[in-house]
Order: sequence, then C-alpha cells, then structure tokens
Amino acid sequence: MKLVCAVIKPFKLDEVRKAINDIGVHGMTVTEVRGFGRQRGHTEIYRGAEYVVEFVPKSKIEIAVTDALVDQVVEAIQKSAHTGKVGDGKIFVFALTHVVRVRTGERDAGAI
Amino acid sequence: MIKLSLILGLLMACTPMVHADETPGAPASAVAAPSAAPTPAPTAPFMLAADKLSSGDTAWMLTSTALVLMMCVPGLALFYGGMVRKKNVLATLMQSFACTCVVTILWWVIGYSWAFTPGSAFLGGASRALFDGLRYVHGDGGSSLSVSHLAPTIPESVYAMFQMTFAIITPALIAGAFADRMKFSAMLLFLSAWSLLVYAPIAHMVWEPTGWLNAAGVLDYAGGTVVHINAGIAGLASCIVLGKRLGYGREAMPPHNLTYTLIGASLLWVGWFGFNAGSAVAADGRAGMAMLATQMATGAAALGWMFTEWLGKGKPSVLGIASGAVAGLVAITPASGYVAPTGAVIIGAAAGVVCYFAATTLKHAFRYDDSLDAFGVHGIGGILGALLTGVFFSKELTGVDSSIGHQLFTQLKGVLTTVVYGFAVSYVLLIVIDKTLGLRVTEEQEREGLDISLHGESIE
Repeated sequence: MKLVCAVIKPFKLDEVRKAINDIGVHGMTVTEVRGFGRQRGHTEIYRGAEYVVEFVPKSKIEIAVTDALVDQVVEAIQKSAHTGKVGDGKIFVFALTHVVRVRTGERDAGAI
Repeated sequence: MIKLSLILGLLMACTPMVHADETPGAPASAVAAPSAAPTPAPTAPFMLAADKLSSGDTAWMLTSTALVLMMCVPGLALFYGGMVRKKNVLATLMQSFACTCVVTILWWVIGYSWAFTPGSAFLGGASRALFDGLRYVHGDGGSSLSVSHLAPTIPESVYAMFQMTFAIITPALIAGAFADRMKFSAMLLFLSAWSLLVYAPIAHMVWEPTGWLNAAGVLDYAGGTVVHINAGIAGLASCIVLGKRLGYGREAMPPHNLTYTLIGASLLWVGWFGFNAGSAVAADGRAGMAMLATQMATGAAALGWMFTEWLGKGKPSVLGIASGAVAGLVAITPASGYVAPTGAVIIGAAAGVVCYFAATTLKHAFRYDDSLDAFGVHGIGGILGALLTGVFFSKELTGVDSSIGHQLFTQLKGVLTTVVYGFAVSYVLLIVIDKTLGLRVTEEQEREGLDISLHGESIE
C-alpha cells in the first residue's frame, strides 16, 4: 500500500478529484496549505505599504491506494493538475504500513 | 457680555437686509429661521407652541439623526475593523461601539450644554446640563416644547440628539490613529475627556452664535473643522505620544478583511447624507444642494485616489477607492451647503489626490504610525476642505459677499485655532493618562493581539 500526497494549485482540485474518481479511487483528504517552491510569491500594497507574500496558497491532497493502483493514480494527478506553468506542485509517494477503517475494524487493503 | 451684545446687535442689524440663513457667519442651522418673523432671531433655547414647528423639517431631522448614528456603528466600526490584523478586529469594533455609549452619557451630562447654549466666546453655558429645560409639555390647550435657537423649526430633543451623533462619531474617528496598541481603559478616559474639553468647546466656537469663530465668519457647514480637523489632529497627537506599533515597517500588517472596510465605507457614504444634508436642519433647497455636492465630491475623490494609485503603484485597489471616497466626504463636509456642484467636484478630486499622498508619502516621510490614517484622511482632508470652502463658496448659496482672499484668511483662522487648541489639549491629556493610568498595552499583550488580551474573545 502507498500514501500518495500531492501539493497542487487550488483551482485544479476538482479536476484531480474527478480524474482519480474515474480510475476507481473513492476517497481523499484535502488540506489548505501555504508554501513556496520555484513559484515566487507576490506583492500586496495597502495605502502605499508593500508586503511581499512569500507563501503561496496551495491544496494538499492525500490518497491511500493499493500497490496496483499507485502508478495510475500518480499519472491521473499529474495529468489533471497540470497547467504547464511554474507552481503546478509536486507528488510524493510514501510506503503505507497499516490502514484501519474505524467503523468496521477492517484492516489494510480491505480498509482502503 | 460686551461681546454678546455686540453679536446680538450685529445679528439684528443683518436681519432686515437678508434672509436669516444668509447671515454671514451664521451656522447652517440658522437656515430654518422663519423668514417672516418680525422679531429678532432668538439667541437662546426657548419654549414654543408645538403647532409652530415644521413637521417636514422634523421628519427629515429624525431620519438624519439615525443616518449619522449609522455612520459610527456599524459604518466606522467596520471601516476600521476590516483594516486591522485579525487579532485586533474585535478590539477595533469595540472602540467605536464603546465610544458611542460613553459620549451618549457625556452629551446628556454637560456636552450638549457646553456646545450649543449661549455662553462665552469659547464655551457654552451649563443651563442644559442633564438636559435640564429640554421639554415637551402635553397640555389641553395645545402642546408646547423647547426648541434650540439654532434650529427653531424642530423640537430641541431632535436637535440635541442630532448633534449628539456628531459628538459620538468625532472621538471614534481618532481611534484610527491609535489602533492596535492603546489600553481600553486609557482609551475610554481619553475619549471622554477629549469629548468634553476639546469637542464641546470647538463645536461652540464654530457653530454657536456666541462662539468667536462663528462671529468671525468661519464657514463650516457640517463640521469639517469641528469634526474632521479636530479628530485628525487628535489622532496625530495620539500616534506621536503612543509611538509606533511593534514591528511597524518590518513586519507585514495587511488588512484582515477589506470586505468589511468596503461595507463600512459604503455605510459612511450613505450616512453622510444625514451628516451634510441634515446640517441644513431643514428639509429644504439647501439640504438638497448639500446632498448633491456630497455625492459629486465623493465620486470625484474616490476616482482621484484610485487613478493616482493606479498610475503610481500599478493597480487600482479596493482599499484605495474606499479611502478616496471617505477623503472626499471629509473634504466636502465644511463646503457642502455652500458650494455649487462644480466646486464640489474640484474639492473632491483634490481631496482624493492630496489624501493619497498624505496616507502614503507624508506619513512615511515623518515616520509617525497613524495606523489607519485618521490624520492623513480626516486631518489633511478636513484642512483642505476648510480652506477650499473659502475658495469655492458660492455667493448665491451663502449670501457671504467677501473676497476669496478675505474668506480664505477667515477659514485659516478656524483651521489654525482647531489645530493648535486640539493638538495641545489632546497632547496634554495623553501625557497625563500615560503618567497615571498608562496609555499603551504591554509588549506581550500587543503581540498576542488586543482581542484576547483586552477582551478575552477572538474570532474564528
């Protein structure tokens, strides 16, 4: 099992959700986050006072998947979150050791 | 007393020549004096049969009063509240709301009497303390009530209440300069003392016929001097005495929610029709002209600020257009009943551009931390408006037949008196409070935010 974690542009969230839904993944967790990478921040000006906003708003998604689906999911995210401009984000894949479904107590593959 | 009889004589001498509302130096409120009255205009509050009132004027003044109260809460509260950081939003809203409540009581205690009853050249008398003598008597042979000599066609209760709303918003405006760092207790004490020792005397000097600036012929239609220069200069004094906010110039201090600010500015705009058109103290042609001038100046000023910022910084901002609108409202306040629409457009446009530079360049050049630009917008906008009133006043509207140079000099007298007196008394009050009660919150409280540290509450 793997945990796929991706940081993407917030307005791409719905497309990503649809893309992974289409390949049979039925669950993800979304967090609003801020961060910086190669995409630079922006400047805001309030009555002449300039503030550089270094951290850009992003959406972070986390999806637990079976090993069989990992490559498809990564590809689906990469394609659906893609705009071709700096700041499209990154995808991280982690090994996942245990999963428990709270309602039934099912474990691992059965709980995903 | 000599001065009083002098002014009385002057007033009587003027009466046969011109309509009462065209008396040089008469406050806007004299507009409503019945033109057919054969007796000289009254110089103190007096009793009148209720059927002698104008129901039209009374209806409009009841409405105006509510509109001006709306300017402070929620208008000003939201305008300021949106501009501060998230940790200080409630404290900022609280300042406007608490000021409203405190001044209400002080106005009843002595404020109204000191401002709007005859007295010396500098301060009114104490005859209306606790609203003593302010009456409405319902009798079998018809009702009678007291009316102010400044508003003889409406009940004195309505006039006192209308003026109360002006007394409420003026100290609340100062809060923009000291936002984010003053103790709540110190603020209550300062605004209370200021209301009685600065607002009431200046209002008396400018608007009550025994006041010396009124007698000198200063034109201040709705309070450019009394309200805006006065609040602005007190704001400057308070940010100088308090010092800068922690991290000012190094840390980012972006406004928390400009939606609030835009809603606040819009409520101020609408409420200002009560402020300016209401200052006619009548539902008449002058009120109409004042309303029109107010609208023209506000539009022009908002655009003036917006385009200046657009050219200088590359983008037209929401905070900019809202600030420009308020700057225009401020600048047209002393002029609104006295200038034609074209003059209003020029005054407004000038205010938008000048206040933009006051809030962005002047503040940084002199290194004072006027948090929300109370001085930059109200002080500078008020001074500009007061002076330009001396340039653009219409003879047709005012009946004042003096040269521009002469009127400008008169206006300057009003401006300087307010600036010097207002700054000096505010400064002393602040120093005294600082030495006794303490003016500023601790560093820890300021870092944590005033919402939690002063009020024990927070948003989200």
